[in-house]
Amino acid sequence: MIVEPIVFLVVATCFVFFTLFSLFRIGLGPTVADRVVGLDTLNTMVVATMIVLGAAFDQVIFVDVAIIYALLSFVGTLYVARYLERGL
Amino acid sequence: MPIFVYVVFGIGVLFNGLGAVALIRFPDVYTRLHGATKCTTFGSIFTAVGVIVYGFVKGGAEYNTLAIHTIVALIAILVTNPTGSHAIARAAHRSGIKPKGAVVDRLEERP
Repeated sequence: MIVEPIVFLVVATCFVFFTLFSLFRIGLGPTVADRVVGLDTLNTMVVATMIVLGAAFDQVIFVDVAIIYALLSFVGTLYVARYLERGL
Repeated sequence: MPIFVYVVFGIGVLFNGLGAVALIRFPDVYTRLHGATKCTTFGSIFTAVGVIVYGFVKGGAEYNTLAIHTIVALIAILVTNPTGSHAIARAAHRSGIKPKGAVVDRLEERP
C-alpha cells in the first residue's frame, strides 16, 4: 500500500508546522520563562516527529535518536530551571 | 493499516495543534505552560500509541523492533515531560513572575 508513508509524512509535516509556533514564542516571549516553555514544547514536538518519521521510513534508528533526545532535553530543561531559580 | 491507527493519529495531531495554539494565545507563563505541556504530552502519547499498534499489526522482526523501541520512547516522554514542566513552573514562581491579573500570592514563602 502506498497510502501508509503518505499518512505518516502528512502527520510529520503537521508537527513541523506546529514547531514554528513554539519558535515564535521563543523569539518574542517577554520573560525568560516563556522562552523555556517554548523550548520544552519544541523538544516534545521534535520527539513526536522523529517517532513518526521512523515509522514512515522504516528506520528504527530514528526512534533511538528520539529516546536519547528526550532524555537529554529533559536534563537541559532541568538545568535551565535550576539556573532561573537560584543561579548556577 | 487498521482504522484505529488513523483515529489515534488524528487525536494526536489535534492535541498537538491545540498545544501550539495555547502557546501563542494565552496571556502569561503559567497558562502557557498549562496548555502547551499538557496538550503536547497527550498528543505525543497518542502518536506513539499509533506507531506501536502499526508496528505490531505489520508483524515481522523489523516492525516488532520498531514497536518495542517506540514503547521505550513513550516511557521516556511519560517520565520526563511532566517533571520538566513542574521544574519550569517552580522556577518561574521563585524568580518572581506573577500571573496576569494576580492580586494576592498565596504560594509565597513566609520568612
